[in-house]
Amino acid sequence: MSRIKINKLSVSYGSHEILKNIILDIPDRRIIAIIGPSGCGKTTLLKSLNRLLDLNEDVRVTGDILVDGADIYSADTDVTVLRKKVGFLPQRPYPLPMSIFDNVAFGPRIHGLDVSCALSGIAGTTDEKTIRKSGKAGMNLLVEHYLRLAGLWDEVKDRLHAPAAKLSIGQQQRLALARVLSIEPEVILADEPTSALDPISAKLAETQFKILKENYTIIIVTHILRQAKRLGDYIVFLYMGVLVEHGPAAQFFSAPQDAKTKAYISGEIS
Amino acid sequence: MNSRKLEETLFKIFMMASLFLVFLALAGIVLVVAMKGLSALNLSMIMETPKGGYYLGKEGGIANAIIGSLYLMTGATLLSLMISLPVALALQKEYPGKRFCDLTRLVLDILWGTPSIVYGAFGFVMMVYLGLRASLLGGIMVLTLLMIPIMSRAMDEAVRMVPFELKEMSYALGATRFETTIAVVLRQALPGICTGVILAIGRGIGDAASILFTAGYTDDIPTSLLDPVASLPLAVFFQAGTPVPEVQARAFASALILLLIVLVINIIARLLGWRFSKNIVR
Repeated sequence: MSRIKINKLSVSYGSHEILKNIILDIPDRRIIAIIGPSGCGKTTLLKSLNRLLDLNEDVRVTGDILVDGADIYSADTDVTVLRKKVGFLPQRPYPLPMSIFDNVAFGPRIHGLDVSCALSGIAGTTDEKTIRKSGKAGMNLLVEHYLRLAGLWDEVKDRLHAPAAKLSIGQQQRLALARVLSIEPEVILADEPTSALDPISAKLAETQFKILKENYTIIIVTHILRQAKRLGDYIVFLYMGVLVEHGPAAQFFSAPQDAKTKAYISGEIS
Repeated sequence: MNSRKLEETLFKIFMMASLFLVFLALAGIVLVVAMKGLSALNLSMIMETPKGGYYLGKEGGIANAIIGSLYLMTGATLLSLMISLPVALALQKEYPGKRFCDLTRLVLDILWGTPSIVYGAFGFVMMVYLGLRASLLGGIMVLTLLMIPIMSRAMDEAVRMVPFELKEMSYALGATRFETTIAVVLRQALPGICTGVILAIGRGIGDAASILFTAGYTDDIPTSLLDPVASLPLAVFFQAGTPVPEVQARAFASALILLLIVLVINIIARLLGWRFSKNIVR
């Protein structure tokens, strides 16, 4: 299981410093909630973890981030391998311009995932015959598996080859989840994954995260304090680009140390 | 009526009038061309090449120009597509950086605005230099040059409309730039890319000046790339310039055929674009 260590991380866009000297060890196999007011650098911190920040112009990153002991900002890091290990779930679940099936199969295809190998790794699949299915039949099974894992299978099983863009936004978010799960990541970064959803879809998504945390490290950015309380096992509080406080959820919410944290939890600042 | 409401009404009238003018222009062109040309339009006009004395009103048709234009257009469209699509995809900011993109766009825009007679003259000079005479090959090359800026800029706009978040999604899954471009950008931009092809064909097929010196004109259907080739715009031009009324009517009939070809291409492209757009993300 991946361990993420952030050491003296600073990020700036042009002359504007977004994150300042962040030092943090992220525990694994749990839900880590990054909270803080809008514009405090939550998303930037999240996107720095799988180098999605690289896609922005004028961005400068100093310090280092170690994933399993390797500095991901070193020159010999293969970002495609990193992004396979550290998956990303966006705020707005853009489906890729293809069918529902192809959206889920996209990741395994580009990474050349060995379907039979992936199938054998899936919990509960011990049937030799199933595992030996490769090629098209194997991919069908794989897509079904991840759609089930994301809680979307029953709603789409009869129209797998319909355009993904036709799904409702709640379904699109679960499709995005299936898509990120399909690349077999160890860590899932989720950027306010329920902010575009209606309350029912949001609840569904939260339930899914609680199930998934058994097998994945989930780092979720949220500006909803109650969501952080419901989901988070470990809380990271950012304010104006500075890491103010972090700790296990129970301790963080019941006995906050910093004055800013107290003010934020009580609703005095937001 | 208060002044804001008046403003609203006046502006609406102005817009409606402008729209009406656009429709009127198309209707007027089709009507005049059809009225003057329909009498001369018949099967032999489409099926036959000019016989002796055709330009004095005797028998024959303009199959040479119809087929010539289709040859020219097919060749030039394929060639410019092969060049324009990579240009448009390369103009994504991930590839050469913003400055180089802006410079390339400026160059393409200048080329777009260059009059086609200049392309024709340039092509002619190049052909003389290379020892080529007016031919299908020369015509295709010059039309390709003429079509590239239009096609690549139109495709570039379509590619630029692809939401950044969509590309980010693909990169986030561990896709490379190439995989993202082929699997995501190309699919999402496909309807716009079709439009780009149509715009370029529209300009290419109707252009007379650029192929006047480079493709030449002949009464025969070319059998090799090095033969001269006739074309519809030049057929219209030459026939309209004769003093014989029957031949002038044939000029309008030729124009009508050209219009119909453009119409058919447009309809096909719309249908393709509509088919390709079912997967795109709005």
